[in-house]
Amino acid sequence: MKILVAVKRVIDYNVQIRVKEDGTGVVTDNVKMSTNPPDDNAIEEAVKIKEAGKATEVVAITIGEEKAKETVRKALAVGADRGIHVKADGILEPLAVSKILQKIVDKEKPDLVFMGKQAIDDDCNQTGQMLSALLNWPQATFASKIDVKENKLEVTREIDEGLETIEIGVPAIVTCDLRLNEPRYASLPNIMKAKKKPIEEIVAADLGVDVSPRLEQIKVEEPPKRKAGIKVANVAELVQKLKNEAKVI
Amino acid sequence: MSRESMEYDVVIIGGGPSGLSTAIKLKQLNSSLNVCLLEKASEIGAHILSGNVFETRALDELLPNWKELNSPIKTKVSKEKFLFLGKTKSLSWPTWLLPAVQQNHKNYIISLANLCRWLAEQAESLGVEIFPGFPASEILYNEDGSVKGVVTQDMGIDKEGNKKDSYEPGIELLGKVTVFAEGCRGHLGKELIQKFELSRGKDPQQYGIGFKEIWEIEEKNHEEGLVMHTAGWPLDNSTYGGSFMYHAENKQIFLGYVIGLDYKNPHLSPYDEFQRFKTHPAIKKIIEGGKRISYGARALIEGGFQSLPKMFMPGALLVGCDAGTLNMPKIKGSHTAMKSGIIAAETINEHLNESKDLSIYEDKFKNSWLYKELYEARNVKPSFSWGLILGIIFTGIDQIIFRGKLPFTLKHKHADHETLKPANQMPKINYPKYDNILTFDKTSSVYLTGTNHADNQPVHLKLKDPDLPINYTLDKYDEPAQRYCPAGVYEVQKENNVSKFVINSQNCIHCKTCDIKEPSQNINWVTPEGGGGPRYGNM
Repeated sequence: MKILVAVKRVIDYNVQIRVKEDGTGVVTDNVKMSTNPPDDNAIEEAVKIKEAGKATEVVAITIGEEKAKETVRKALAVGADRGIHVKADGILEPLAVSKILQKIVDKEKPDLVFMGKQAIDDDCNQTGQMLSALLNWPQATFASKIDVKENKLEVTREIDEGLETIEIGVPAIVTCDLRLNEPRYASLPNIMKAKKKPIEEIVAADLGVDVSPRLEQIKVEEPPKRKAGIKVANVAELVQKLKNEAKVI
Repeated sequence: MSRESMEYDVVIIGGGPSGLSTAIKLKQLNSSLNVCLLEKASEIGAHILSGNVFETRALDELLPNWKELNSPIKTKVSKEKFLFLGKTKSLSWPTWLLPAVQQNHKNYIISLANLCRWLAEQAESLGVEIFPGFPASEILYNEDGSVKGVVTQDMGIDKEGNKKDSYEPGIELLGKVTVFAEGCRGHLGKELIQKFELSRGKDPQQYGIGFKEIWEIEEKNHEEGLVMHTAGWPLDNSTYGGSFMYHAENKQIFLGYVIGLDYKNPHLSPYDEFQRFKTHPAIKKIIEGGKRISYGARALIEGGFQSLPKMFMPGALLVGCDAGTLNMPKIKGSHTAMKSGIIAAETINEHLNESKDLSIYEDKFKNSWLYKELYEARNVKPSFSWGLILGIIFTGIDQIIFRGKLPFTLKHKHADHETLKPANQMPKINYPKYDNILTFDKTSSVYLTGTNHADNQPVHLKLKDPDLPINYTLDKYDEPAQRYCPAGVYEVQKENNVSKFVINSQNCIHCKTCDIKEPSQNINWVTPEGGGGPRYGNM
């Protein structure tokens, strides 16, 4: 069984995001970038399945500018066998990403496609679902536990009501939740070995996919600052303020 | 415990200007050398913080074609100002009356973090293997006592010291020569200086704490290329320090403050001195209407020539401020750090090729412009132990008339941890409340640094005696760690009238001030898990 894992390069989750002054986006110059955290879980799970003897190959793929290759390199350092970097500049919306992934799936013919449940930059939470529709494959989203069985998967999903366990046939798409596993560290010798693993480069335009954005971005702005709180002397004053000033009761 | 090990010709600890220059020069001299460089930050540059007005002298030697290599050195210094601040007034000092070392017209305003990122690209293109996220935690010695290499930090250890499922043991990196380039107060450099008695016969090292904020200011207040320094308010005559304000590109200014860690009053809070400094009318008028976008702090070397330890030992060299090559009156350490790295690389190349002893490092150093610079600068900082006014008068005579050639050398008498007076003998300082416009509390400042340490790991700030803070330091010095730490790591909390010393190690921005200033030297800074600490952008 072969597993394709999609990873995305995003601004590191510890970095305080700053909006560009002209409102066209957020500042990314000289900002620490990392792998989208749930994508780390997706890679970890794929590698674990391979280590358990239930998969034969793990292929990591990313789509983006030249530096996005680092994200594939990191996946190779924690156990992916080889990488694919689809080069594309500018904003890529989930539809464009899933169309590119569809082309790669046609070519690579994996049995499973894993990815994070959503990216922490645009928070779209759409790519897995769209890819599932394009391929007409079953999907299991928000996976917190994956059991690989003969030609099917048993997946526990993190949903609002609690945990839901479903069974889906293979081939399938799985989007991974942060609770799925604890990603391993890339050890120094493995980082060295990863430098020698192959990364295939493909230019997005060569895949015949129209990646132009379908959404028009009007403005990016910071959330309004929270106003300072006030202290009230007693319950009566609180009720009075809630009634007359905040007008919520 | 058996660990995996990897062998290199040269192992370099630290990806700042000195370590990267060592790496680049080594590969230039002999491209077949195997060179690796470890960096504790999550990426090169993420733990670098500096003013920075950059003198290109060492870079001109290292990469003469730097202008063609898309380097991040763009903003030439166009104008200089020096102000003496009173509480509300300011007096502009004519720049022609400044000593030559403080004139900057040939220099550039840069982000040192970005310079390091660029130097790392140059080093990697020459074949240097760079490993960010891997702190060197221990030194390995051969049986004959010489340095053999280092061990990287174990990963995946929990708070109690147990191995987690994700445990990944550190590995041994063995070098024919190991170069320590950790910057000011490197924790391995500290061990080497003690073990090999490298400071014997030298004055105690002197340190400062430097703060930096980046502000985006209104166009009308911004003057790209302007360099401004101040002395005076809010510090009193007996406390050494001053500010810098550099107008960089994109309407940004680099605003900072440096305070000598030989201050005497345990009630002094370096952080709050910096915050209130920004409310001075001469500063406020420039930053008003602007926005603070970055914050950080780092200890720096101030001891200079008298305090510089021997920089070689069997199997290893110290470079940059791991030894202490900063030129204090020039307020610059990047070019000197880089030069020391270049000299170290030349030394290593001759050592490996011609079996010359590493002690030739000292001869090469003594014949370099670096030595001459540090020698001529040597009397400035100690003269300020007589106070700001006498210090300035002496510095004028020493630097303008005699150009550093006076036939005597003033001494640094005390280490910085020895200078605090008991709390009950010193005046309390009432700092103004933060207004969240110009001045901010430590929590919101640390937030801007992007600092994080993986939770559930051992505390990396080790107390030699865990009871000392409450049983002794609190009573005698009102536990100054609460104030000298620029990130709010140390707190004294009261529960049912019992005081408790709390260490919020996840906030640590790796400045090393506690390791330096703790009056009983009770705090030992060690490396946390790789990648922890701040994520500075263009600091």
